[in-house]
Amino acid sequence: MKTPLVLLCAIAAASLAGPLVAYMLGADPAAVDLLDRFAGASAAHPLGTDELGRDLLLRLLEGGRVSLTIGIAAALAAAALGTAVGLASGYLGGWTDRVLMRLADGVIALPLLPLLVVLAALDLHKIGISRGFADSPGISLVRIVVLAVLVGWTTAARLVRGATLVTKNRDFVRAARSLGAGVPHILRRHILPNVMAPLVVATTLSVGDIILLESVLSFLGLGVQPPLASWGSMLSNAEELVTSSPMLAIYPGAMIFLTVIACNLLGDALLRRFDPRDPARG
Amino acid sequence: MIRFTAIRLVEIAAMLVLMSFVIYALIGLMPGDPIDLMLGADPHLTAADVARLKSLYGVDRPLVDRYLAWAHAALAGDLGYSRLFSAPVAATLLPRLGNSLVLMGLSFAAAFAAALGLGIAAARRPNSHFDAVVNFTCFAGVSLPTFWLALLLILIFAQGLGWLPAGGIGGGENGTLAGRLQHLVLPVATLTIASIGGYTRYVRAAMRDALGQDHIRTARAKGASEARVVWRHALRGALVPIATILALSFGTLVSGALVTEEMFAYPGMGKLIFDAVMGNDYNLALAALLLATAVTMLANLAADLAYAWLDPRVSYR
Repeated sequence: MKTPLVLLCAIAAASLAGPLVAYMLGADPAAVDLLDRFAGASAAHPLGTDELGRDLLLRLLEGGRVSLTIGIAAALAAAALGTAVGLASGYLGGWTDRVLMRLADGVIALPLLPLLVVLAALDLHKIGISRGFADSPGISLVRIVVLAVLVGWTTAARLVRGATLVTKNRDFVRAARSLGAGVPHILRRHILPNVMAPLVVATTLSVGDIILLESVLSFLGLGVQPPLASWGSMLSNAEELVTSSPMLAIYPGAMIFLTVIACNLLGDALLRRFDPRDPARG
Repeated sequence: MIRFTAIRLVEIAAMLVLMSFVIYALIGLMPGDPIDLMLGADPHLTAADVARLKSLYGVDRPLVDRYLAWAHAALAGDLGYSRLFSAPVAATLLPRLGNSLVLMGLSFAAAFAAALGLGIAAARRPNSHFDAVVNFTCFAGVSLPTFWLALLLILIFAQGLGWLPAGGIGGGENGTLAGRLQHLVLPVATLTIASIGGYTRYVRAAMRDALGQDHIRTARAKGASEARVVWRHALRGALVPIATILALSFGTLVSGALVTEEMFAYPGMGKLIFDAVMGNDYNLALAALLLATAVTMLANLAADLAYAWLDPRVSYR
């Protein structure tokens, strides 16, 4: 539990400290210096520079900020949407349940990445989003979060639905109902707390998945757009240069790997801690 | 069983019709339109020509009309013409589907075989050092970005050691089977390594559950050999949940294949879809996406049927 948490906190802290590091080095992650391309490590550029002479360390830290923000925001949003769907499905039952769960099954079974490639390539202007907003630099972040939520809500929905089905006929819930408690109160006070533990685990695990998804889309050129840095897009730029300067590809990939494995190990550790059957529970 | 299969096939068909409309509508929302592309290629076109072309290709009609016209032609076997390949869509699609199925089939078989071995071995010694190592390796496998793994393999085995080709398929006029296989090694290795972790975790969990059952103790008590207990009694029970999970992983396999094919310039469906979407090749993108969806859903159905076959308690009436 400790190692992945420490690793994750270290990556997050370093990423957040990016602007401070930039100030100390007197450099800008987006500043291009064509006279100083592919530089080796030096005092001014601790990890060297990339194909446009930008500082590699600063770009890595900025990529970390972007990836972690997207991962956490999308994981929380997907958990919220999934919880709402799961509660509706489990508590209302009947047709609502059947339709929502078929939808979830459908989303899980589809070949998602090919479909996401289409969604990521959409011209937002054509679906009625104003030109100014559709072309703004932050839109690529919003777009990835929306895509990740579209595919990521199913896990939480299934978990919450299952727990709701089990809990909704337990005696304490029936007692609350007979005392006149309204549906929102029952859902919030009696049903949600019972599903919190697996939901936290699933959300932690999904942060890693979303960061992987973001990196793939950015790598394909459909994710985070320049001038913002992202580990995926850095790898995409480095791909053609991999023979001459392999480090440009190795660093961002290693960062993705470390962040995702830290999320996964943390989720697994939480799962064990919450699991009453596990003997190693501390 | 037959009735279940028939109902599922109808469901799949209905789902495909729905998906075809959704994808058709989405593709219309992508940047650029076919007439703009022609205009870009030939600056001499006048506004009147553009209007004439738009009505010729039906681009000026409402979405539902255009979709119905496409669906009508598609059902008659005419999927249109591919802009990128200057060939009928069906002729472009089928060889690529074959290539992808070879890649995915080999990777799936290799990953599943490795997962069975590792997962069972780990489940037999729970909480041992071996179990911990397998568990950590699985997490590492699940966390590896596929494209980075592909890049590293190219860097090591194609650039560094020069043992294997970095990309392509090695077919063509005078392509040999050996050449073809050589070009498959790195893509298959990438996709296999990327999926082993997930599969092994499922096998390990299912086997641990299965080995804890009462009938396993009974089998041991009556003196069955350890191999028989593991491979005959426990594995039979464990295969049921494994089949379900594997069924759901086909979609993931297709996604992994897209990245892998792109990285190794392997002419399969995934790369085709990506190139078609990026190159505004609407007819091709639509047909390829639908084909990928259909293959995934049929694979899911096959896994559902395997589920009934593996577990006599399950009956689809």
